[in-house]
Amino acid sequence: MREIEACRITQEIKRLILEASYRIGPDVDSAIRAAAETDPSPTARAVLRQLAENYEIARTESVAICQDTGMAIVFLDIGQDVHVTGGSLSQAVDEGVRSAYRDGYLRKSVVRDPLYDRTNTQDNTPGVTHVQIVPGDRIGVTVTLKGFGSENMSQIKMLVPADGESGVVDFAVRVAEQAGPNPCPPIILGVGIGGTFETAALMAKRMTARPIDQWNPDPRYAALEKKISDRINALGIGPAGTGGRTTCLKVSIETCPTHIAGMPVAVNVCCHAARHAHGVI
Amino acid sequence: MENVSVSLPLDPRQVLALRAGDSVLLTGPLYTGRDAAHRRMVEALNEGRELPFDPKNQLIYYVGPAPASPGHAVGPAGPTTSYRMDAYAPRLMEAGIRGMMGKGKRSGEVVAAMKRFGCVYFGAVGGAAALISRRILKSEVVAWPDLGTEAVHRFWVENLPAVVLIDSLGNNLYESEPPKYRL
Ligand code: SF4
Repeated sequence: MREIEACRITQEIKRLILEASYRIGPDVDSAIRAAAETDPSPTARAVLRQLAENYEIARTESVAICQDTGMAIVFLDIGQDVHVTGGSLSQAVDEGVRSAYRDGYLRKSVVRDPLYDRTNTQDNTPGVTHVQIVPGDRIGVTVTLKGFGSENMSQIKMLVPADGESGVVDFAVRVAEQAGPNPCPPIILGVGIGGTFETAALMAKRMTARPIDQWNPDPRYAALEKKISDRINALGIGPAGTGGRTTCLKVSIETCPTHIAGMPVAVNVCCHAARHAHGVI
Repeated sequence: MENVSVSLPLDPRQVLALRAGDSVLLTGPLYTGRDAAHRRMVEALNEGRELPFDPKNQLIYYVGPAPASPGHAVGPAGPTTSYRMDAYAPRLMEAGIRGMMGKGKRSGEVVAAMKRFGCVYFGAVGGAAALISRRILKSEVVAWPDLGTEAVHRFWVENLPAVVLIDSLGNNLYESEPPKYRL
């Protein structure tokens, strides 16, 4: 049994939130720069150049890439041989969130109650935590900051087996088309297929944090990722929605077994400010 | 593309002359407001109270800025998605607001009110928040500090880049441009 102090988790979460807020991943950065040269629309190229310059300012001056620094979503893959000491796990997560949003000049965007008491909690807590128990004696921490311009455009649908591949493609393309300019395209789509209502959504969220140069290991699903993003890029929506061929940078799919009667599909839309970071304790 | 200089508060004649697709550089004071502030502004108007600022010919920017780090007037401050303000926007145009800035589509009611009152809808690039904040020279809270980032701020901007998304005739860049790149 390896002992890990709760304050180590706090420190790591703070570090990862700040890294994610200020530094875009090299995968998205280079995709945006490449498209800024190749998109056939001059307006699109101008928008993409602004995005690349914005990443640069954020990185060199340590300011947030986007003012909507989102809700902090924390995936903890906790080794089964780990014992967390010196405090509660959820408090350790929230303390990491609190100190990152305070010390990093990040916007506090969380309200206490969704319907009746929309009072800002003032420190962006609570974080949204998803825990998995995995073999080993380490803790894998992935932080993703999710703004709601794109979160609000996400959808889930309980397809049936007869809907087949075309049902999945049509649904995902429709989500991007209905979203149009709202989620700050170029977008990344995280898609979860299978499982139950909630596992589909969780897989979709996890896929928004997968590097965009990684593909599903199953060649059938990798081909599906490509097919959906090609269809979306053919819509012409373009960067910022003002026309062009760079609408979707990547579709990332995760699947899991499901029921004989069902085929849940969740599509989580993520903007070009795809902010995530990963560490291991 | 040539940039059109637009000084704030807006000149209603210039607003009528702007066309969807024009690139503009905005200079002068503007007011910020998003979900919670819009709700309060429209409540005030409906109860016959004054707005916290004179709305005549003003531009409202839909933004909730991040806190300013030392040495900066304001933190990153890109546009938020505008449709959430659609329910309130016509009432504010009726009160004198002549321009809105945000990102994303607007409802038919908003576009109809824009035509009726002669208003313009600008777009700033969503997510280019650090870049945009460099063109904001000064920021002060003018109402409802309890709303935090959602409080109404007055920004002084200089050459802030934006594009006319919908003009006062209802021409709409989101409708005219994407079909040109559809395959
Ligand atoms: S959708 Fe993303 S880039 Fe756009 S405003 Fe929201 S967080 Fe920022």
